[in-house]
Amino acid sequence: MTNHVKYRIGKSAAFKGLTIVLAFACVVPLIFILIYIIQAGITKINWHFLTNLPKPVGETGGGIANALVGSMIIILVASVIAIPFGILCGIYLSENRKSRLAYWSRLCVDILQGVPSIVIGIVAYFWLVKPLGTFSALSGSIALAIMMLPIIIRSTEETLKLLPDSLREAGFALGLPFHRVVLKVILPCGVSGILSGVMLSVARIAGETAPLLFTAFGNPYLSCNILKPMQSLPLLIFNYATSPYNDWHDLAWGASCILLIWVLALNIFTKVMTRKWKVQL
Amino acid sequence: MESTIVKSVDYNAYFGENHVVKNVNIEIPRNNVIAVMGPSGCGKTTFLRGINRMHELIPGATARGKIMLNNEDVMEMHPIFVRLKIGMVFQRPNPFPNLSIYDNVIAGYKLNGIKLPKADKDRIVEHSLTRVALWKEVKDSLTKKGSFLSGGQQQRLCIARAVAMEPEVLLFDEPTSALDPISTSTVEELFHELKKNYTLIIVTHNMQQAARVSDKTAFFYMGELVEYDVTKQMFTNPKDTRTQNYITGRFS
Repeated sequence: MTNHVKYRIGKSAAFKGLTIVLAFACVVPLIFILIYIIQAGITKINWHFLTNLPKPVGETGGGIANALVGSMIIILVASVIAIPFGILCGIYLSENRKSRLAYWSRLCVDILQGVPSIVIGIVAYFWLVKPLGTFSALSGSIALAIMMLPIIIRSTEETLKLLPDSLREAGFALGLPFHRVVLKVILPCGVSGILSGVMLSVARIAGETAPLLFTAFGNPYLSCNILKPMQSLPLLIFNYATSPYNDWHDLAWGASCILLIWVLALNIFTKVMTRKWKVQL
Repeated sequence: MESTIVKSVDYNAYFGENHVVKNVNIEIPRNNVIAVMGPSGCGKTTFLRGINRMHELIPGATARGKIMLNNEDVMEMHPIFVRLKIGMVFQRPNPFPNLSIYDNVIAGYKLNGIKLPKADKDRIVEHSLTRVALWKEVKDSLTKKGSFLSGGQQQRLCIARAVAMEPEVLLFDEPTSALDPISTSTVEELFHELKKNYTLIIVTHNMQQAARVSDKTAFFYMGELVEYDVTKQMFTNPKDTRTQNYITGRFS
C-alpha cells in the first residue's frame, strides 16, 4: 500500500472520529441538565405534591395541583385552536405550491416562527387582555396557539409534499372530488408526520413562560375558568424560583422535574406513535 | 358495424405556451384495444389524460376542442362524472397504501362515500379481482395492505380498482413500463379479456406491445396524430413515412 493511500485512510478515520466526538458533545449537556433537575426535583414529587395547592410562606408542604391543571387546560385550549388552523393551512400550502397566496403565507409562517415568544405575549396582552379588561387563561392559550401554528403548518406541509403525486392522481382518476382526495387519501397517508408535528408543537409550548406572563398571569388557587387568570407550570417555576424562600424553591424544582418528564414523555410517545402509524408507501 | 364510443374533434392541449397535442381527430370503436404509440414527448400521454380530464389538474395546463363520449362532450360534463365513466391506470402501480387489498378494490365507492351492503361489496371485490386474474392469488390475504403485493400484482390491483367502478372506457398510461417481463405478459393477456366489456386505450412506447395487444394503433409524432389504422395494417403497410421510420427503428 502506498503512503498516499494510507494517508487518505488516516484522514478518513480522523474525520469519522471527529464527528463521533462532536455528536457526543451535543448529548452531554442534555444529560447533565436531566440528571441535575431530576436529582433536585424527584425527591419533592409525591402524591401530596401533585394534588395539593401551594402553601403560603412559612408552612411546609404544599403542591402544584393548580399549575398542573392550569397547564393542561391552557395547552388543551391552545391545541384546539391551533391544530385545525395549522393542518388546514399546511394542506393549502402543499396543494397549492406555486400560488401567490401560498408564497406569502409561507413567508409569514417562517417569520412567525422567528418572532420571540415575549413579543407574542405582549401582542396578546394588547389585543386580548386589555380589551377584555382581565388576565385570562384564554388569552394565554391564544398566545401559545400562535406559537404552535408555524410548527404544525410547516410539518404538515413538508409531510404532505413528500407523498407522491401518483396518490392524488389515483384518487382523482376514481372520480373523487378534491376534498375527498385530501381527507380520505392524502391525510390518512400523512397522518404520522402530521401528528408528530402536532405533538412536537405541544412539547414546544408546554414550557413556554414568556407569553403567559402577560396573559394567563398565574393564580395561587385552583381555577378552571378560562376567562380568569390561571396558574401554569412554567409560570409557577418562574415565580417560585425567583422568590427568596427555600420552600418555594423546592416547589419550583419539583415542578421543573414534572415539566421535564412531561415533555420527555410527549417526545417519546410521539416517536413511538409515528413509527406505529407510519403508512408504508 | 362497430359503434364509436370515444371521439375527439380538433383536440388541442397546452402546458402554458407549450402546444403539446395538435388538432387530434380520432374515433375509437367500442370494445376494442387501441394502442397509442410514439416517441417520448410526442403528446400521447397528454392526449390520454385529456380524455378523462386529468390533464387539466396540472397547473397551467389547458385544452381546446372536443372529446365526445357516447356523443356527449366530456368538456361540458363535470370532471368527476367523466372519471367515473372513464377509468385510468397509471405507469407506476399506485394502490392506496393505507387501505387493505379489499378496500383498494372498492376504493372508488368507499372513498366517494357510497355505502354498499356487505354482500354487494364482496361480490364487486371478487368479480373485479377475478377479471384481472388476481383473485386466486390474494383471496386469502384480502385484509393485508395493498403495498404488500408485488409490482405486477399491484398493477393488476389498480386495474381491478378501475374495473370495479364499471366504467365504459379504461385508459392505460404505459401500464407495464414499471413491470418485469412476466408481469407484463400477465397484464397483456388481461387486455384481451377486458376488451369484452370495456374499451381500452393504451399508451405505450413499446411497439411490440402495441402490435401484440391492440386492434387499432394510433401513431403520434410531435403532438400530431400522424396515422391511425388497424394495427396489422399499420405495422405491415404504413402510409406515412414518419410512421414507417418509427416502426423500422430509424428514430425513437
